[in-house]
Amino acid sequence: MSIKNVNILSMGEEILKVEKLSVEFYGQKVVENVNFSLKRGEVLAVVGPNGSGKSVLFRALLDLVPYSGKVTWQKGIITGYVPQKLAVEKDFPLTAGEFMALRGARPEKETEKALEDVGLHKKNKGYEWLLDKKMGQLSSGQLQRLLIASSLTGKPDVLLFDEPTAGIDIAGEETIYGLFRKLQASAELTVILISHDLSVVHDFTDNVLGLNRKQIFFGRPHEVLDHKLLHHLYGEEVERHHHDRDISVL
Amino acid sequence: MTNFQIISAIFIGLAAGYVGSFMILRRMALVGDALSHVALPGLAIAILLNINPFIGAFATLFIGIVFVWLIENKTELSTESLIGLIFTVSLAIGFLITPESELLEALFGDISKISAVDAYLSVIFSAILILAMRGISKGFILSTISHDLARASGVKVAKLNFIFLLLVAIAVALGIKAVGSLLMGALVIIPAITSRSITSSLRGYTIASALIGLISLLGGMAIAAKFNLPPGPIVILASSALFLVSLLFSKK
Repeated sequence: MSIKNVNILSMGEEILKVEKLSVEFYGQKVVENVNFSLKRGEVLAVVGPNGSGKSVLFRALLDLVPYSGKVTWQKGIITGYVPQKLAVEKDFPLTAGEFMALRGARPEKETEKALEDVGLHKKNKGYEWLLDKKMGQLSSGQLQRLLIASSLTGKPDVLLFDEPTAGIDIAGEETIYGLFRKLQASAELTVILISHDLSVVHDFTDNVLGLNRKQIFFGRPHEVLDHKLLHHLYGEEVERHHHDRDISVL
Repeated sequence: MTNFQIISAIFIGLAAGYVGSFMILRRMALVGDALSHVALPGLAIAILLNINPFIGAFATLFIGIVFVWLIENKTELSTESLIGLIFTVSLAIGFLITPESELLEALFGDISKISAVDAYLSVIFSAILILAMRGISKGFILSTISHDLARASGVKVAKLNFIFLLLVAIAVALGIKAVGSLLMGALVIIPAITSRSITSSLRGYTIASALIGLISLLGGMAIAAKFNLPPGPIVILASSALFLVSLLFSKK
């Protein structure tokens, strides 16, 4: 209980500071001079066209690739990572339940709690069925839920969520964002997500980082998501976007 | 068959089938096959120096896995082609330096020559191998399905890969006495692909693969002994027969 109180009190403190972050592959800069900070309980969206370095930025934040500049996490912060996808073929012999047990031996209660957090209740019909299903045969929505649940079992302070390019249809009316909102409230979670859906970003996030190798913008969604900056970020693409989809919310 | 042969076959079969199941998940079927050829020069040297062939085979296998590990973890080179090159070269060298009278045995194995010492070695190393593999299995599977997720979860992937290759080398060195360096690759691969088509959980798959390895080796040796045939090839044919049968019960 006391830990919860501390978290509520410490809400708003800075837990991540990124200064002059650059990543280079084979002499080519793929991420260049990124600067931003993140406060506890915030939701930060990283947006940008394909190949703009969003996933690489994540990997740098997680210390999975060599980088220059400074990434400073507050002491003792636990990060949970939700990758875009897994390399499992349809017949890969690993059930959803076994996947949940991969990240070290955790008490069953903890795993059950994490599954509950993503809407998979033990009492529900189909719970056992889902956990006995092969990972490669899950729908993309089911897979996302499991990946998130798996990262939650480590009791992270920050969740880094790499959204798959395709919009995922999470079963029923609940979206992945609604899920995050709930998690944020119940577990005081801070979220960094790579998103492809600008209207959701606008409604859901506290800050937005526009990345196209270089940092194009960083700030509150209603301030930075204007047409000019988006055009700068996506180039021609946003025009098409404009015609194809309703972005009136912007 | 002697008791030594039976005990060796049980343990080697289990160990090869078990570690093989993990190799298949990493798409390392060809690495396993090629790696078994690396044992040949080691065997030849052991024969020439009159030391235990297990030690000789393991020595060159160890060099082989260090090589594989370095290519995979420290360079950007294409693993497949280089492994293909080095391993056929070692087969060529092994072929040249193995005394002709011993060549057939080195290539195709002869479990009838298994001594008490060999049997004890097989039991001890197979047991170590299975326990160690079980110990690293979670991290291994996690890093197989997502390298980043494994590292982000604190798995030391490069170290774990080396331990895994070491276990593969032990499995190959153990099996060579039974089926020879040409056919050992098949003993790690075939039980795993057989098991994969009839199971759906990781637990079921790895256990079934170990058991199929045992049945293939023991059954093949028994058939070979009864009809006075060379055991190595019969073992491989037996495991292939099981594979064909498994297709009938395939879960797909």
